[in-house]
Amino acid sequence: MYLTFLTFLPLLGAILLTLIPRDEVGAIKQTALAFAVTDFVLSVFLWTNFDLTTHEMQFEYSVPWITSWGINYHVGLDGISLLLYVMTTFLTMISIIASWGVTKYIREYMIAFLALSTGMLGVFISLDMFLFYFFWEFQLVPMYIIIGVWGGPRRVYAAVKFFLYTAVGSLLMLVAIIWIYKAIEEQTGVATTDLIFITENLELPLAPQKWLFLAFFLAFAIKVPMFPFHTWLPDAHVQAPTAGSVILAGVLLKMGTYGFLRFNLPLFPHASYEFMPMIAWLSIIGIVYGALVSLVQEDLKKLVAYSSVSHLGFVMIGIFALNHYGIQGALIQNINHGISTGALFLLVGMIYDRRHTREIKEFGGLAKVMPKYTVCFMIIALSSIGLPGMNGFVGEFLILLGVFQNSGMWAACATSGVIFAACYILWMFQRVMFQKLDNPKNENLPDMNTRELITIIPLIVLVFWIGLYPKPFMKTFDATVEHLLVKVNPDNFRPVKPGSSHSKHAKLIKIEDIARLNHQ
Amino acid sequence: MEPISAPPIDLISLAPVLVLAVFGMMVLITDLFIGKDKSVLVFISLTGLLMTTISSLAKYNLPVYSFNGAYVVDHLSVFFTFIFCISSALAILISVDYNKREGINVGEYYSLILFCTLGMVLLASSTDMIMIFLGIEIISISLYILAGIQRKNTKSNEAALKYFLLGAFATGFLLYGMTLIYGSTGTTKLAIIAKVIGENKILSEPLMLMGVVLLIIGFGFKVAAVPFHMWAPDVYQGAPTPVTAFMAVGPKAASLAAFYRIMSETMPELSYSWETLLCVVSVLSMFIGNLGAIMQSNIKRLLAFSSVSHVGYLLIAIIAKNSLSSSSLMFYMLAYAFMVFGTFGIVILLGRKGEENLELENYSGLAYKHPVIALTMTIFLLSLGGLPPLAGFVAKFFIFSAALKEGYVILVIIAVLNSAISFYYYLRVIVFMYMKEPIKEFHISLTPMTLLVIAISAFGTVQLGIFPDPIIALAQAN
Repeated sequence: MYLTFLTFLPLLGAILLTLIPRDEVGAIKQTALAFAVTDFVLSVFLWTNFDLTTHEMQFEYSVPWITSWGINYHVGLDGISLLLYVMTTFLTMISIIASWGVTKYIREYMIAFLALSTGMLGVFISLDMFLFYFFWEFQLVPMYIIIGVWGGPRRVYAAVKFFLYTAVGSLLMLVAIIWIYKAIEEQTGVATTDLIFITENLELPLAPQKWLFLAFFLAFAIKVPMFPFHTWLPDAHVQAPTAGSVILAGVLLKMGTYGFLRFNLPLFPHASYEFMPMIAWLSIIGIVYGALVSLVQEDLKKLVAYSSVSHLGFVMIGIFALNHYGIQGALIQNINHGISTGALFLLVGMIYDRRHTREIKEFGGLAKVMPKYTVCFMIIALSSIGLPGMNGFVGEFLILLGVFQNSGMWAACATSGVIFAACYILWMFQRVMFQKLDNPKNENLPDMNTRELITIIPLIVLVFWIGLYPKPFMKTFDATVEHLLVKVNPDNFRPVKPGSSHSKHAKLIKIEDIARLNHQ
Repeated sequence: MEPISAPPIDLISLAPVLVLAVFGMMVLITDLFIGKDKSVLVFISLTGLLMTTISSLAKYNLPVYSFNGAYVVDHLSVFFTFIFCISSALAILISVDYNKREGINVGEYYSLILFCTLGMVLLASSTDMIMIFLGIEIISISLYILAGIQRKNTKSNEAALKYFLLGAFATGFLLYGMTLIYGSTGTTKLAIIAKVIGENKILSEPLMLMGVVLLIIGFGFKVAAVPFHMWAPDVYQGAPTPVTAFMAVGPKAASLAAFYRIMSETMPELSYSWETLLCVVSVLSMFIGNLGAIMQSNIKRLLAFSSVSHVGYLLIAIIAKNSLSSSSLMFYMLAYAFMVFGTFGIVILLGRKGEENLELENYSGLAYKHPVIALTMTIFLLSLGGLPPLAGFVAKFFIFSAALKEGYVILVIIAVLNSAISFYYYLRVIVFMYMKEPIKEFHISLTPMTLLVIAISAFGTVQLGIFPDPIIALAQAN
């Protein structure tokens, strides 16, 4: 119930905002902020009350919703979703502070943001496929409006592209969800979309597993975005307002990686193994391609956007290493990317507010006029590269360790991404911050003000915290990852070898198969 | 000489039809004695529809057959009667202010809607092909007149004429198909036809199949499925907006109900002959409807094409022919009624006398002048596209699960891809409302009756989307 309350609190705030008159700008901003802060603070209690020793769902709440179809309102948190949940409330708060300067239709803006927050939080807690799809699509609309109304010059194009890409992917996922809904009814006689029940009871042969895997894959791969489904991302990021980009990079992309961990791995373990090389190579292409494209960007925001493609490639290859290090690394890298890239977008937004351009060649020598800004930028940039002692290092190191256990080749290729990251970030940093201050427009730029510092400093603290002492973060998903790996263990579905120690389990599956065939 | 015995008739089960007929005539007679103000007629018609709804619930032991099995009151027909009454009531409410504005001062308008509703109830309840034909004709003739009710408006006249010519043509096909089926089975009663098919006693298979194809063509015309949809955009555009909304829902629902009875209930064994054909019609309707809508700049034409694509989705339920298909058909039509009346309600709000403002450009910047109206329009459009948490999504989920249960995976995939296409043009309207600057002043007169319709529709759309359980339970009750 607590979880439900936290999830719908922002929506409540949004509804409340509609009652405030349009001209009371101060009251509107403060109310929105109050709701975001409350939501964040209360969600931290989830973390402190979280039982680290179990993989079971916690703070669970389930009530019948559409009883005729066996659909429940079933929510809960486990190790995979806890940190993402807290990060969502955290970044929502940061984004609202960062949007203080927005003047155009501020009330509608805040309403959209709070509604978006509820949608995102709902995605992370849903333990019912119907409910998950419900929230998954629900958050599309506010984000679409945010990009389309408060975005840059080509915002309409970017917004529609964002919406349609996601819609195509998720609609195929809907077909897969209904298919599973029918399959579980045939197998167990229980018509339900409850994810926990389905995860435990669904037994599928390889062929349908593959199709279903691909349907879910498409939905999540578009969201992540994996190469070659990434083309909506640069448009959306570049056109979105700063806070929109922060949320987009920090949370929306994570919904894709979260989906892989919540649906693809546990539901279709065999297919996950079958598709592992394909996904690994797509991720590697994404890593290298994203990095190389970042290298040649003229626009700061586009550079950061493409770097997301590269970073998320790391997360994906970590998940599909299908071992403990890989998945742990991917989970922590999820958070890291939210922090670092979110902060980069904030920083780029600040310079855009001052100069109304993001062209790299317009800048140079900013270190002289904006020392605080430069320091912050440098810390975040280094964390994005993955310098030891900062958060990026922990994640990338674990991921590469995990990938190496599978294939040295993959690890080698993926590591090149780290090198490229250093190239594009440092080169960009050099061109913007150092060199001569030759553009007269840059001479009198004000340094960061207090509000801007407030948005960045918590992120910097997190950068070092995760970098130096990641244990409190890693601990949260230890048990869950352990359990997940048992589920995707290849022994569960490997063909029986005579005398194999796993033959008993395999035999069990076989008997069920026969029973099912007879049933048909 | 043996006396001819009267067929058994259950008058209570016939009450809805009788009530409608009585009230329809009452409206006609009252019209003679009142002046220019027609609000009394509105009141009488609404009372009639309310009484119809109540009387349709009078029977508990369903199904009840009358006239030697030519007319049935069963779960399907009761639910559809409910939909018809709602949609007709909304149509009447939505017309009140519109008719005043556009100077449609004829009392027949309301009685025609009632008679048309009568036809719909007959059509959804008939289990005999002659009855089906009668139902279709009552509906069609009322609609021909309603489409052309603005006598001075050339567009309206064009719509009526076009609708009449093509409709008459379609009726010909339908009747021919029925004749051929009669020829090969020796009966017009659906139950007996089903028995004949089941026992494999068809006299002439080619005749039967020919009849089925002609039936599909005839019904295809009536529900505006591709390739028989050409009349829809012109008629939708030309007819007075409330009439457009009216004929987009009720008559279509009734035709689909009858179509379902003939195809899924009577001839499932013959499905090898009509299934592929119907799949083609359904897929074409979705594609042509959606692609056609993308091209439109007139909102009424856009909605006409979108309704063609919705017929495509609805046909999937008929193709699935399982226990879920009738209930999914019911749920979808109810949800569709709310969405369509809501959308057209807003279209009416935006117009004023002599200036209907039907171009998409007229919606530019609506969100900043009238945020609530823009928001409700957004809800209706997204619901038409099938986005949760709105009624359209649950309806689509229903139909898709009916189809997937029978293994029509490809068909469902085509349908969802079409939903994605449809988002493009629904979003276009939203883009105009939210992301463009206003090009001229809005002159919106917030007329109470139209607002009431919009409010009811918005409530229905959201309610069926978030808490659909009671209605689903009702639809699945049989």
